[in-house]
Amino acid sequence: MSTTDTDTREGTTRRLPAVDWRASVVYVGFVLTFLFFAVTQSQYFLTPTNLTNVVIQAAPIAIMAVGAVFVLSTGEIDLSIGSTVALASLGAALVLESTGNWLLGAAAGLAVGAAVGAVNGVFVTYVRLPSFLVTLASMGLVTGIARQLTDLQSVPVTDDAFVWIFGGGDLLGVPTIIWWTVVVTIVGAHLLRQRRFGAHVLAVGNNTPAARVSGVRVDRVRMWVFVLSGMTAAMAALLYSGRLQGARYTLGESDLLSVLAAVIVGGTALTGGKGSMVGALIGSLLISMINNGLILAGLNVSQQMIVRGIIILLAVSLSLRGKKQG
Amino acid sequence: MTTTTAAPLRLEGVSKHFGGVTAIQRFDLEVAPGEIVALVGDNGAGKSTLVKIISGLYQPSEGSIEINGEQVTFRDAADARAKGVEVVYQDLALVDLQPVYMNLFLGRELRRGPLRVLDRKEMARQTQQLVDDLDVRIPSARALLGDLSGGQRQGIAIARATHWASGLVLMDEPTAALGVAETAKVEEVILKLKQRGAAVLIVSHNLDQVFRIADRVTVLRRGTQVGTRPTAGTDKNEVIGMITGLSS
Repeated sequence: MSTTDTDTREGTTRRLPAVDWRASVVYVGFVLTFLFFAVTQSQYFLTPTNLTNVVIQAAPIAIMAVGAVFVLSTGEIDLSIGSTVALASLGAALVLESTGNWLLGAAAGLAVGAAVGAVNGVFVTYVRLPSFLVTLASMGLVTGIARQLTDLQSVPVTDDAFVWIFGGGDLLGVPTIIWWTVVVTIVGAHLLRQRRFGAHVLAVGNNTPAARVSGVRVDRVRMWVFVLSGMTAAMAALLYSGRLQGARYTLGESDLLSVLAAVIVGGTALTGGKGSMVGALIGSLLISMINNGLILAGLNVSQQMIVRGIIILLAVSLSLRGKKQG
Repeated sequence: MTTTTAAPLRLEGVSKHFGGVTAIQRFDLEVAPGEIVALVGDNGAGKSTLVKIISGLYQPSEGSIEINGEQVTFRDAADARAKGVEVVYQDLALVDLQPVYMNLFLGRELRRGPLRVLDRKEMARQTQQLVDDLDVRIPSARALLGDLSGGQRQGIAIARATHWASGLVLMDEPTAALGVAETAKVEEVILKLKQRGAAVLIVSHNLDQVFRIADRVTVLRRGTQVGTRPTAGTDKNEVIGMITGLSS
């Protein structure tokens, strides 16, 4: 009996450091990056206005990251989220323009997101194509529709209520955009950690046959994660169009990499079965902080892209290292 | 071998044809509570077809299946599970990145409160009690499944089956992937199930194992049931003869 006990305890301690280390990459990275910019760019970076900007710019990334955590935890990927942002923002703005009702506008945007997600889900689940291919194709398709819809024209958003709720407003001294981020992240964390749905998402991502024989409705889980992903992209679209007071086919076009980087650095397994909402939130702040710091450092857009690419590659490698053995 | 009216499992004249091919020819078996019956036979003898019929993956062409005295027709595996048949697979149908208790309750999670949130505490408590009862030695019900050894994991798979089975626990080569020491542990757990009154039907290639743990052994050869013997009243040579059809 005693030998069994020591065996298992050894087995546990042998793995623990690796797990802890990987999970904490995002926090360590966050603190180090913060300190780095605080020291090198102290006069601008640490101002309250700038720090608020970092958070506000992280908001759409963080919200899309909630959907992406579900998709990646299931072992799938959704490359269409950036294009969904564009189409959902245009859908919301057009309905808003013709009805003058902020609620209908928002509902239209979310419906567009859910529809794109549902199409992705149907092709992955019932046609049984790899999600990489399905969402790569739908990314092109959705971008095309977004460009065609208004013939590349922007649609202004002038509804005061919509702009206050999704962009410029302030509630108890905190921008509404931050409230949305907090609410969506909490709902996401609740779904993932405290509900049956989250448990099934992780089970499907870790071992699909085991989930199936245990009675998990695998197809239904897959379908829902894509709908959720589309809807979080649509939520981000509402925030963009509220803050920028307009919708445009270019919105969200550079967000895909940021979202995936935030989620993976945050400890969600690209291979499925493991997801962290808090990690994704911190990861989003980290990505936003890097974007912000590079601008402050006076790098031009091309240089920013180069440095950001390298940083993301490094961060993702660090957080994925050794995952195969786990 | 007394016939009780409500045996956990009772098969009568079960046959399975695939087109013109007969995979199983009139198979009869009854498994009593607290009884371990081993199903043996050569490759292709029809063991896995029979397992698939009892676990609901195939429907028999003829014959009847009774669970606890009630005649049943399984539409699929979920249906069989709902009617009290639990299966332990050799390839561990478990989720490595989840705690032990989530594996035990996967697909049937306990929830509490008006929000129907997962009741992790209660699931962990019931799991701990079950593994203690069955003497499956693991660090904790909250340990990650992936941190356990192969024997411990198969122990968890068996514990899960025990927890949910109201009729029969069906084991398809539960120790095929395990080493000697781990096999011994899993056999201990199976014997615990017997003590608790579970009915166990185990498919095994390992005749030593069959004689160690089973009460009766039934032999399939080319889809035909050659015979059923109490393990106490036969020996390995006779069973091998029945499997191969070479001697009496």
